[in-house]
Amino acid sequence: MTNTSKKQFQISDLFRSQLMIPVIAILILTIFNLIIGPSFFNIRLDHNNLGNAVLSGNLITILDNGSELAILAIGMTLVTAASGGQDISVGATIAIAGSAILKILCGSDPHPETMQAPIIAAFFVGVIAAMLCGAFNGILVAYFRIQPMVATLILFTAGRSIAAWINNNELPIIKDAEFGYFGGFIPGIAVPTPFLIAVVCVAIIFLVMKFTNLGLYTQSVGINENAARLIGLNPVLIKFLTFVILGVCVAVCGLIKVSRISSINYSVIAKDIEMDAILAVALGGNALSGGKFNMAASILGAYVIQYLTTTLYRMKVPADALPAYKAVVVIVLVVLSAPTVREFFSKMGRKTRSSRREAA
Amino acid sequence: MSKKKNGGLGDRIRKMSDTNLLLTITIIVFFVMYICAMVFQGAGFLKPQTFCNILNNNAALIISACGMSIVMITGGIDISVGGVAALVSMCCAVHLDYQNGNVFTAVLIALGIGLAFGVIQGLLVAYLDIQPFIVSLAGMFFARGMTTIVNTKPFNVAHEGFKAVKETRIRIPGLGSVNKKGVFVNAYVEIGVVVALLVVLIFFIVLRWTKQGRNFYAVGGSRQSALMLGINVKRTRFYSHLICSILAGIGGFVYFMHVGSGSASHAQGMEMNAIASSIIGGTMLTGGVGNVIGTLFGVLSLSTIQNIVTSAGFDKAWWTGITVAGMLCIFLVIQSVLMSWKKKAMSGGDDNL
Repeated sequence: MTNTSKKQFQISDLFRSQLMIPVIAILILTIFNLIIGPSFFNIRLDHNNLGNAVLSGNLITILDNGSELAILAIGMTLVTAASGGQDISVGATIAIAGSAILKILCGSDPHPETMQAPIIAAFFVGVIAAMLCGAFNGILVAYFRIQPMVATLILFTAGRSIAAWINNNELPIIKDAEFGYFGGFIPGIAVPTPFLIAVVCVAIIFLVMKFTNLGLYTQSVGINENAARLIGLNPVLIKFLTFVILGVCVAVCGLIKVSRISSINYSVIAKDIEMDAILAVALGGNALSGGKFNMAASILGAYVIQYLTTTLYRMKVPADALPAYKAVVVIVLVVLSAPTVREFFSKMGRKTRSSRREAA
Repeated sequence: MSKKKNGGLGDRIRKMSDTNLLLTITIIVFFVMYICAMVFQGAGFLKPQTFCNILNNNAALIISACGMSIVMITGGIDISVGGVAALVSMCCAVHLDYQNGNVFTAVLIALGIGLAFGVIQGLLVAYLDIQPFIVSLAGMFFARGMTTIVNTKPFNVAHEGFKAVKETRIRIPGLGSVNKKGVFVNAYVEIGVVVALLVVLIFFIVLRWTKQGRNFYAVGGSRQSALMLGINVKRTRFYSHLICSILAGIGGFVYFMHVGSGSASHAQGMEMNAIASSIIGGTMLTGGVGNVIGTLFGVLSLSTIQNIVTSAGFDKAWWTGITVAGMLCIFLVIQSVLMSWKKKAMSGGDDNL
């Protein structure tokens, strides 16, 4: 008797847990792929055109391509939690950061034979550029109290134009293989570099959350701004800070994105990534209206999106039609996680529990 | 200017409702901008046809932005309008060209698509309490994806009846300019503009003088208080999304009438333009404040500044994006500063709508 009730408690607990949605999504997708054919999960050791031994396979593709989204999800979760709104300018800001990085690397000539500056310096400039964009959004949101979605609409509209303007609308191309490491493979390491970068970012943010009060402060500002001010926090500063942190995440994504193709396409780079990033936060079960958040769930949510995309590609869904299927999955997930539906499920759980108790 | 000398300006502003205050700013800015364009750039902007072209090009945006304003007044958001417009244009194009349909059934298809999106999104948002952003994001993805599933390649419609409707030009008597041959040509507008202006008029009346219209403001202002007043909050939110999607469907058809082709890349970014024009028009995303007349002027301001930028010789593509963003930024900051200033001036007095 005690045993069963404990078990049931765990099940209803699971329904309330934030990690439930992404984990269940992963399980469903995995089962689905196993039914279609387990060859999906094969991982091979291949040689790429540079002669390096690299891992390849669908799972590696997911880890590789989902990494940008995972990095973005970190910053987006913080922004969502603190400000109760979302930054829709991340795609455009990635274009700005990427453009700045390429500008520094190329110098005056758009097609240099070798890089004109060390990558670290270019990355540094990219970080500064993205942080400035974040700071701009942050000032509008925190100081002028404009709703985040509206405030970031400004950079959303202007970002790609600014990115084109930085490089005078030329298409810089970096020929050095070294620059391609960030979006590809470092020789001797078989794991795709974006995934390694994502792991480093996740590790950093978890250390920050563990050893500083960032997470706690962000949540308290998001739950009740006035209460947070009364207990001595500075909501303006904290909101501003979350936007700057998102800026850093954006710069890292920008580096990966431009490194993948060693060039940039202003209108296409990181297109619609803001929607996916917000989706990652929502799939992680975080309230988009701010407050409590779960970082791990968001990051998992980002990989779920990539998992879904890769699965759909496997089903031979054309790239243009992809969003329609994605939308259906998203709707099913959010309906399942809707408060009313969850209530219904937990009520059902309680009912069966009490009826069993009566029977006993 | 003369208002400023009047000592009672502050008083008058304080007495104004937020909606009217923001509306006044938008209208003043639009006229100042247009007059500046007339004075400094002359030629093009003096022709009535330039203004009519702004209307012709943006009729679809005006309709969608009206729906967007209503959703925003109710405190929600709908980013699926662009996708719905693209889906409508593609479905109508396929219906007219491949299935030899007629224009009337095409209109019904447009309305049907809008209705379907509205019902589903409205149900999800209002009755299942899912965030409107996520629901309409999925709606956008779905509409865009479906557009390519319906037909992959963009194509021009060659349907006779449709072309006749598309080419119908309504001449405005008394307005016009003399062309190069020395003949006086009346300025014209397309049918879409008439539809758009009708939509604005209808929803202006609905929002101002009907019970349902006032409910939108009440729910957007404070859902809790609206509930206590006995307003059916869920139904009101459902209606707002329903209206927005139906207007997106109509907007899609007007867009289709303007461009005369079906393509998956149609109406790209329309949702953001609609949101931007609503905001410039004085609608606040937090809800409870806004007006469709303001939205109309928001659309006009947005496209006027784009026209000014292109005709001023900044032909490089990026300038449009940057100026629109700059204008949005200025408007937002003005709104924000004015609102906080007003709140301070009222110093704890009761907020009237």
